Amino acid sequence: MLNAITLMSLKLAAAAPAGGEAKGETPFPPFDSNHFATQIFWLLLTFGILYFLLSRIFLPRIGQTIEERSSRIADDLDAASRMQKEAEEAEKSYERALAEARAKAHNVAETTRQSVDAEIEAEMEAADAKASKAAEAAETRIRAVRTKAMANIEAVAADAAQATVEALTGKKPTLATVKKALN
Amino acid sequence: MIAAGLDPIGQFEIKKLAELKIGNFDISFTNSSLMMVICVAAISLWLLLSTKKSLIPGRAQSIAEISYEFIADMLRSSAGKDGMKFFPFVFALFIFILFANMLGMIPFFFTTTSHIVVTAVLALLVFFIVIIYGIWKNGLGFLKLFWPSGVPVYIVWFVSILEVISFFSRPISHSIRLWANVMAGHIMLKVFAGFCIMLVGAFGVVGGSLAGMLPFLMTFALTPLEFLVSFVQAYVFALLTCIYLSDALHPGH
Repeated sequence: MLNAITLMSLKLAAAAPAGGEAKGETPFPPFDSNHFATQIFWLLLTFGILYFLLSRIFLPRIGQTIEERSSRIADDLDAASRMQKEAEEAEKSYERALAEARAKAHNVAETTRQSVDAEIEAEMEAADAKASKAAEAAETRIRAVRTKAMANIEAVAADAAQATVEALTGKKPTLATVKKALN
Repeated sequence: MIAAGLDPIGQFEIKKLAELKIGNFDISFTNSSLMMVICVAAISLWLLLSTKKSLIPGRAQSIAEISYEFIADMLRSSAGKDGMKFFPFVFALFIFILFANMLGMIPFFFTTTSHIVVTAVLALLVFFIVIIYGIWKNGLGFLKLFWPSGVPVYIVWFVSILEVISFFSRPISHSIRLWANVMAGHIMLKVFAGFCIMLVGAFGVVGGSLAGMLPFLMTFALTPLEFLVSFVQAYVFALLTCIYLSDALHPGH
């Protein structure tokens, strides 16, 4: 295959100059000075038009667009940083307000608790006083009952002693004697 | 017979489309002139449709703006801020050569930059703008370009001669670089693509197709390379223009 390619390339190489010769005296086209004038003329004309269009219309337009965009971006960035600062300040003041509110609420709770405590204490004291008074009354009553009972015991004992003595001796002692003997 | 159709030089031939003469000068409208007109029309159409001044650019506008910034950055970095007065000129050169090269890649389209006279006119345009603007702005100070400072006295004459030679050979290298790259690429594409056809002619459809795989792959690989060359040569031409213009603005070394 490579041989075939080499063969073909040789054939081509041989054919190219032959073709050139067949056309006679026409030189290698890029060196043909007959066509220099037209190329120079049309190049200067078209390039001149292109230069005019670019420098007067298109490039200023592109440049302006780019500049507008970059200034717009800078403005937007400024605004964004300003807004962020504002937001930060707002957050700070919010936190401050929150802390104040919290402290206030704490105070209110504390005072409420204190007053409630005081009330509870007063009530407790009152209840205590009532209870102790009741206990005292009960005690007095108990003592009275006991004294009365003791007196009764004496009478019962005297009676019993009188009866016992009477049964033993047949003689009924006086109550006063019995009581004297018992005491 | 086949060889005539496959002649790799035929694509560079100038064909007159309409006769036109001014005095002794033949300025007929040719296939080359037609391509130049198409080139300028295509650029204008593109920029007309893409510069709508919208704040959020579309695709076409983005490409226009990227090209603008690309050339502006290149000029600013090599010629400084005062070089920006040449911005329309450099941009026109870049976009004209780029479009001419790219349009030339379309099959059957003539490539205007494949002719040395076209690239030479553009290079000489740059050359004379550098000389005229350099002298107009710096006066005799422009000659400092050829007289480097800080070079020992015994070799300064030698260096100065080299500077003069290199300055005057600029338009030659500037124009030949572009022309030779474009022309060589087109010849190469045509030769390799021609092989495929010739092999089919020699071995029939089946044998020729098999044998033609290699030159076909070569053509296939060369095509993107030529697109790259089309861009790179336009870029190099514009970049060198920027560097030369920088000399006109700041002749001291």
